[in-house]
Amino acid sequence: MNLNATLLGQSIAFLVFVVFCMKYIWPPLMSAIEDRQAKIADGLASAERATKDLELAQSKATDQLKGAKADAAAIVDAANKRKAQIVDEAKTAAITERDKIIASGYAEVEAERNRAKEELRQKVAVLAIAGAEKILEHSIDQAAANDIVEKLVAEL
Amino acid sequence: MSASEHGEALTPGSYIGHHLQNWTVGDTSTFWHVNADSLLFSVGLGLVFIMLFWSVARKATSGVPGKLQCFIEIVVEFVDNTVKDTFHGKSAVIAPLALTIFVWIILMNTMDLIPVDWLPQAANMVAGEDVYLRVVPTTDPNIALAMSFSVFFLMIFYSIKIKGVSGFVRELTMQPFNHWAFIPVNLVMELVSLIAKPVSLGLRLFGNMYAGEMIFMLIALVGVGQLPLHFVWAVFHIMVVILQAFIFMMLTIVYLSMAHEDH
Repeated sequence: MNLNATLLGQSIAFLVFVVFCMKYIWPPLMSAIEDRQAKIADGLASAERATKDLELAQSKATDQLKGAKADAAAIVDAANKRKAQIVDEAKTAAITERDKIIASGYAEVEAERNRAKEELRQKVAVLAIAGAEKILEHSIDQAAANDIVEKLVAEL
Repeated sequence: MSASEHGEALTPGSYIGHHLQNWTVGDTSTFWHVNADSLLFSVGLGLVFIMLFWSVARKATSGVPGKLQCFIEIVVEFVDNTVKDTFHGKSAVIAPLALTIFVWIILMNTMDLIPVDWLPQAANMVAGEDVYLRVVPTTDPNIALAMSFSVFFLMIFYSIKIKGVSGFVRELTMQPFNHWAFIPVNLVMELVSLIAKPVSLGLRLFGNMYAGEMIFMLIALVGVGQLPLHFVWAVFHIMVVILQAFIFMMLTIVYLSMAHEDH
């Protein structure tokens, strides 16, 4: 083994390289690595948070959907009820109207009949007088005869 | 290898000897000379590491990273996790230190996968026949031990910083037998274990890479049949390259966390 001043030269070179590495190489590399680790950790954390938010939003949406469905069902129910009610009311009104029309029809018919009866009675009276005039072939007391005929007519 | 490119007749011994010779600069009779090839490749690869990681670190974004940034971040996170698993204190030094050790040693060890003759022969062509070039810095004990001793000094520094001089001395003298009469025994045992740490740390890396390089040289001596052998050993060696870098880094972290612990 031939030990010589190379020992010293190599030691000095070693010292210089280590100091340089310590000052200019290690810190920036480590800080880059640590920064990136922090970034990745942040990213993962926010991804997790986003997943939780998404879950929350989904459950909220489901709730709202359920609520909306219930509301819609209630509205449809009410509408159905209202429809039945309107139909009922209309039916009742129609029946009333019908009855009224029928009643007025009856009344009219009755009035018409009475009028026709009256007219008939008048005509029968005239006819009876004319008949009686012809039967008797001579004039009798017009007034007395009219009274008799009136009485007859009233008995009809 | 080819005999014609070296001056004299080439024997296996001279071939391997040639490959194990460093390019030295300075007075070789004293301590004050350096293995220029080891330092050149080691500092060059260190600069590759620094520039590559710095270029990414400067433009590092915490948004979507590019492919290169992804790769760099995988390495950084791997080292960071290893440090966090082993060392439970707070230290701005240990993690960058571990990253530097890991990547730099991998780069230096990877030089072993370049066929053993390429760079030395290229150097011979450029600079002449008598130039030596060893391209794998970690097969030079100077490089491996320099790093392990640097770690050792950090261990001592942090031991004293955390526990104080008295705590450090107590750790050396009052363990494992907590009695004043055993102080010399404790001191011998603790000093041996203390010194063994950096020595074993450096020699383990050096030994593994040296052995691997030696086998590449032996394979290169086989001749034409070396190609499949070279491939098989290179594939296996990839594991050694990464494993040795990991072990060096891991033990550094363990030793430094032991230095931080107060008994």
